[in-house]
Amino acid sequence: MKFLVNPSKFNKFADNVFLPVLILSIILFSIGLIFSFYLSPDDYQQGSTVRIMYVHVPSAWLALLTYAIMTVYSIVGLAFRIPFGFIINTAVAPIGAVFTLICIVSGSLWGKPMWGTWWVWDARLTSVAILFIIYLVIIFMNLSFENRIVREKVVAIFVLVGSINLPIVKFSVDWWNTLHQPATISKLSKPSIDPSMMIPLIVMTFAFIMVGLAIAILRIKSEIISRKSNLN
Amino acid sequence: MSLRFQRLLLILLTLVIILSAVLLILYNTRENVSYFYTPSEINKPDIVKNETIRIGGFVENNSFNKISSSSFKFKITDEKASILVIFNGILPDLFREGQGAVIEGAFVDNDIFNATNVFAKHDENYMPASIKEDLKDTGYWNKKYK
Repeated sequence: MKFLVNPSKFNKFADNVFLPVLILSIILFSIGLIFSFYLSPDDYQQGSTVRIMYVHVPSAWLALLTYAIMTVYSIVGLAFRIPFGFIINTAVAPIGAVFTLICIVSGSLWGKPMWGTWWVWDARLTSVAILFIIYLVIIFMNLSFENRIVREKVVAIFVLVGSINLPIVKFSVDWWNTLHQPATISKLSKPSIDPSMMIPLIVMTFAFIMVGLAIAILRIKSEIISRKSNLN
Repeated sequence: MSLRFQRLLLILLTLVIILSAVLLILYNTRENVSYFYTPSEINKPDIVKNETIRIGGFVENNSFNKISSSSFKFKITDEKASILVIFNGILPDLFREGQGAVIEGAFVDNDIFNATNVFAKHDENYMPASIKEDLKDTGYWNKKYK
């Protein structure tokens, strides 16, 4: 498991898995999209618009997952002085930001026909908007310091402070009245979604994970190289 | 205890403290964070007329009336209290009796809520349309799925 914290071990690991991950993401996306568009049924209430879920929900999960990974690496980086933690922060923040943006845009497109509005300031939507802003701040902070050592510490601390938002995003629909519906899939209870709709959702989630992983590998590798050559 | 574990402890402790501070703030402002009031949360004597608020609940069964082609009358209920709503405009596709809805508007007097915006709320259940027919045929259709 050393490749999770050691740059040269990570490079070796990345070279081995990159191609399989890429191929797997193409396969999963092909299967997932065919399922989402053709093989999954219309919802009893929402009709065809339910298909937006197969993009909206995976991107929302990945937006949160990416931030959770950054949080763990920030703690590791700060507490154990492992520079690889800071490399992750720089490399994956834009990926999380894009997932959040996909989530917000697809959610708006879903909200208009179903709720009758593109956007409302309820707790769930607002906390996701804040998550997007936090991602943007991290990206800009990564671009803005002269001294790299100072920068990575400040960014890591900011990531930790921003991680407070994660449980708020997750539980906003349970804690407050929101226009957004509560979670369909939770560990504690049987999911209230039919298996024929669950399959494309799961496949699409893994497709998103693989694409995110492939981009992350490329970005982390280039970040390692640029640090070696002292470019920033 | 080594230095690195002291740092780890310090970081985790700081996170817990910040998290509890934020949660305390949110807990004590929950009335403002919530997107709407339910009908039973609205205290009739405290109603401020013409102040914009949102109410949410289910559209009461057999309460929907068309006044004209773009003007509607219905009741919003949470099974404890219900509020009469009048609305001029276009209703969202999902809007129907028994369905969740959030209504933005103001009380014009103690019993009538004048809506400016109507949002449909859908629940977390997803089910193929064909299954609904099957369930209805066999009589297993659960009213709460509505």
